[in-house]
Amino acid sequence: MSGESTYTPGNGFTRWLDDRLPVMRLVNDSFVDYPTPRNLNYWWTFGGILTFCLAVQIVTGIVLAMHYIPTTELAFASVEHIMRDVNYGWLLRYVHANGASMFFIAVYIHMFRGLYYGSYKAPREVLWILGVLIYLLMMATAFFGYVLPWGQMSFWGATVITNLFGAIPLVGESLRTWLWGGFAVGDPTLNRFFSLHYLFPFLIAGVVILHVWALHVSGQGNPAGIEVKDPKKDTVPFTPYATIKDAFGLVIFAVLFAYFVFYNPNGLGEPDNYIEANPLSTPAHIVPEWYLLPFYAILRAVPDKLGGVVLMFGAIAILFVLPWLDTSKVRSARFRPLYKQFFWIFAAACIGLGYCGGQSPDKILIAVGDGGFDVTDLSRILTVYYFAHFLILFPVLGLIEKPKPLPESIAASVLPAKAQEKPAS
Amino acid sequence: MAETHADEPTRRDFLYVATGSLAAVGAAAAIWPLIDQMNPDASVLALASAEFDIGAIPVGQEITVKWRGKPIFIRHRSEEEIAEAESVDVSSLPDPQPDDARVIAGPGGELEKQWLVVVGICTHLGCVPLSYRGEYDGYFCPCHGSVYDTSGRIRKGPAPLNLEVPPYEFLSDTRIKIG
Repeated sequence: MSGESTYTPGNGFTRWLDDRLPVMRLVNDSFVDYPTPRNLNYWWTFGGILTFCLAVQIVTGIVLAMHYIPTTELAFASVEHIMRDVNYGWLLRYVHANGASMFFIAVYIHMFRGLYYGSYKAPREVLWILGVLIYLLMMATAFFGYVLPWGQMSFWGATVITNLFGAIPLVGESLRTWLWGGFAVGDPTLNRFFSLHYLFPFLIAGVVILHVWALHVSGQGNPAGIEVKDPKKDTVPFTPYATIKDAFGLVIFAVLFAYFVFYNPNGLGEPDNYIEANPLSTPAHIVPEWYLLPFYAILRAVPDKLGGVVLMFGAIAILFVLPWLDTSKVRSARFRPLYKQFFWIFAAACIGLGYCGGQSPDKILIAVGDGGFDVTDLSRILTVYYFAHFLILFPVLGLIEKPKPLPESIAASVLPAKAQEKPAS
Repeated sequence: MAETHADEPTRRDFLYVATGSLAAVGAAAAIWPLIDQMNPDASVLALASAEFDIGAIPVGQEITVKWRGKPIFIRHRSEEEIAEAESVDVSSLPDPQPDDARVIAGPGGELEKQWLVVVGICTHLGCVPLSYRGEYDGYFCPCHGSVYDTSGRIRKGPAPLNLEVPPYEFLSDTRIKIG
């Protein structure tokens, strides 16, 4: 959909540069003249918002690394030093810590947008897979980062997650020792997690470039889920249309971001992480950060250690093959009456799993006699639904569902019949 | 090159394969230090054994010491606790092990049944269990609810194995060396 380049160098210097390194042409064709479907709604602004989040995390992270000390002796104290002594340290750290949460809020909206509008379907499978890869890298980065303040949740979170690898048959034990660099989570672990926490955002940036490249090869999806037929009628140039819309979405998002940073900076965190790590005492209630809770619930729902680990990783791995599990030719849920309903049930199941992950596993939800229906029971039902949604509903719905008629064109889906005669822009 | 037959390996093919193989071996050799540097280093391994004085622990009490960065529970078991651990039908346990296999012989050659030494790390996902809690008077893990008995054996919950008994020996009646 990128089509022919429309770039014409304006002066002698840009003409000279264009013959040697056509970087201005690349920018122009990707972010200025790039044709975007004219029917994009605000759910399509999250790509830009996510780019902003990544930039914020990298910039604040580089600055924080100038003051942080990755040793078990000093890590906790150096974070407090950042909070109390370093100029604007409190601001930088709160932006970075809450920035991780905001990053995940944005990525979850972005992913559910993709699920709702069928953005993963041909010819955008590779685009989707690269996205899932970014999501995986994000979770790893967030996990490494959460360990660095060396509070109780940092330490015990690191212990539980690294122990997951111990469940792997045969090599599990030695793999775990290798990850730790010792016989428990300790100095070598903290040091390497710091190194990797610094590295991974740049890996994310690399995959983001591939993600955007793939996007610009296949062209953006859109709420109608149909391809561009006539670029003149169906698309508008990226600048100013998408740029301004993205900017407005970003400002609204920044308001939410600022609320957390300035008015509720610890609202999404765990108070236990303000207690320094103690390898001899596990807090009574270990929970990961909110964005990992659904997977934690799946892990705990399985009574078998290896089985729980397999299902937890399987819950993410299944996203990679989603493009081939969905048998429906229709992309957008707007025209899929059955899928539309199951989409919301799935969203509710994910939120439900998140709730379960944050609760004590034996908490009774509905009392019956001595026992009753507890959080583990609910997690089990929701885990079964999670996998059934992918393995049963996606293949079956496409076969039995009768989709609504698709609009003739993108222009026809948003414009009254009369206006369609006029070319866009 | 036109007269070379593709189905007949030539001297040149051999050189290609041999060079490629050597390059692969060289690459693997260069990668290995990058991987192995993450394994426990000499200073970590140097702390692999430690001695502890256990003479001051009264019957029915327990201390926690640190070995290789892990908590080690040293419990001075009472007669009742020993009896409780021995009375269990071993075959009914998830990880069957008689109590005798969980204690070691002292300097006199007799089993020191009153001393239970276990690694205080839940075999599920590595939390530290709470002592003298849970329905078997042994340990209870607050993370995911595993329950261990007075021999540190798993009785209930998601943990697959008994609490690990570290390698240790009695140096005298009141001194042990772990590791």
